[in-house]
Amino acid sequence: MNDYEVIHEKSPTFYGHFERKGELQQQTHYCPGCGHGVAHKLIAESLAELGLQDRAILVSPVGCSVFAYYYFDVGNVQVAHGRAPAAATALKRAHPDSIVMSYQGDGDLAAIGTAEIVHAANRGENICVFFINNAVYGMTGGQMAPTSLMGQVSTTSPFGRSASNEGLPLHVCELLASLATPTYIERVALNDMKNIMKAKKAVKKALQTQKDGGGFSLVELLSPCPTIMKMDPIVARKWVGETLVKAFPLGVYRDHKPDLPPNPKVPHKTVAEALEVEVGVTDVPPTRRHHTRDLTVKIAGFGGQGILLMGQLLAEMGLREHMEVSWLPSYGPEMRSGSAHCHVTLGHERIGTPLISQPEVLVAMNELSLHKFAPSVASGGLILYNHTQLPEGFSAPQARVVCVPASEIADKLGSAKVANVVMLAALLEETECLPSETAMAVLEATVKNPKFLELDRQALKAGCDYVDTQVEVGAVSQPDGYSY
Amino acid sequence: MASQPRGKVVIDPDECKGCGLCVESCPPECLVLAPELSKYGVHPARYTGQDCTGCGACFYCCPEPGAITVYRLKPPAKIVPTAVTQNAEVANEAAL
Repeated sequence: MNDYEVIHEKSPTFYGHFERKGELQQQTHYCPGCGHGVAHKLIAESLAELGLQDRAILVSPVGCSVFAYYYFDVGNVQVAHGRAPAAATALKRAHPDSIVMSYQGDGDLAAIGTAEIVHAANRGENICVFFINNAVYGMTGGQMAPTSLMGQVSTTSPFGRSASNEGLPLHVCELLASLATPTYIERVALNDMKNIMKAKKAVKKALQTQKDGGGFSLVELLSPCPTIMKMDPIVARKWVGETLVKAFPLGVYRDHKPDLPPNPKVPHKTVAEALEVEVGVTDVPPTRRHHTRDLTVKIAGFGGQGILLMGQLLAEMGLREHMEVSWLPSYGPEMRSGSAHCHVTLGHERIGTPLISQPEVLVAMNELSLHKFAPSVASGGLILYNHTQLPEGFSAPQARVVCVPASEIADKLGSAKVANVVMLAALLEETECLPSETAMAVLEATVKNPKFLELDRQALKAGCDYVDTQVEVGAVSQPDGYSY
Repeated sequence: MASQPRGKVVIDPDECKGCGLCVESCPPECLVLAPELSKYGVHPARYTGQDCTGCGACFYCCPEPGAITVYRLKPPAKIVPTAVTQNAEVANEAAL
């Protein structure tokens, strides 16, 4: 019948179908009767009504709503537990025109993320926080939340929450309303039609506040969790209205723009301005002044040998030669003497992954790394080993091994610190992947101390000379000087 | 036409999880949980086909983004005294 018109339907802010898993792509993953779905609906509708969908960025938390990014057709970021306000701060500051929302549960916001929410509110960040309070940890299976009620039995308060043991329920709205900086704070409930409509208004108002540049807004939504509360969905909703609302009074806790003095000293610069570069495509097409070639390199040794720095230098050189580069470090918590390695990819095409499982070149700065990574070197690859000779019994039949006693050379030059630069020079000379002049240019930009810069210059030359004079010319089968 | 309900609800059984919140929230009590199981093994909500006012309470109480679509009867077209609409009305009447 065409005499009916649609007045309520799935909001366009939701995806048409949810690609979380193969089946059930029409449904959310929430339990029947969950409050999250209603909260999602209110946010989605408000975004659509305010015309903010294309500007919106939703920060998903850890908790049941971790998958919000499967549902909302907006910009999505999923962050570590409790850190949503910090991530939202960064997003909003980096993209001032966007509408940034953090969506957090009570465990996320009021327990592990207490610091983030308090400070984001105290800075009066121009973000919206939607705080789902269901008085319990849902996803992890019913542990006590900071907002659990007095006497509430949970898996971690089996005798009921007591003031002396677990403290009193945390009232986030009241807590944040004691700060001078927030603009809008309201607590609403998702228990019946009337309150859901009030919640809709609150959500919309929070988004409008941000749209107007009003400042920090937080909407706390008291929400049912039928599964963990072991209640029928209808009973759970009644429980919210009859019990939860009594402990957490509904209402507006803050509704005025704080009168904060402007700070004229804060530089409002774009990233491009800060870096003093021009935005957009440069007129000069990327020219390759020198011969460059694609290469995957793994550099390994112990912390303190300049392993990661050597990788950075190589990557920086690639950048200067207009190559695509990636640098992926891997190291332990020790600053020195732990094992460290990094992966460097140099390419003329976009790089799919920075992780290199079969490097074309391995730089082993110690014996341990040689044994550990040599078997993974690609067939026809190259191994540069930081010693005059290979350890006894070692063989890597698939690769060519070149011994460069970089540490020894560096010691002779006067500082063991430049062993990595000696090895870098040997790498450049042996593979001819990048010119050594670029290495010097990078070093000039990196090393501030002229004494060390001179040492680096000598190290570059020494490494290059060593390969030219001491290393036998191998069986080169390919025109690029490389034996695949 | 006078007995036609003001509203209409369409519930997608593939999206309904059978929580029953819409049934409970419906002011004119025109929703029920179907006696048969959906292919996911729940009793999905169903519109009885009578008395819907198109208020939207079920829509906002339902946690699923798109399980419920609410329709409302279009208000009767205002009669504008122009020849075109009058002719259209006449044509409609004739068709009925």
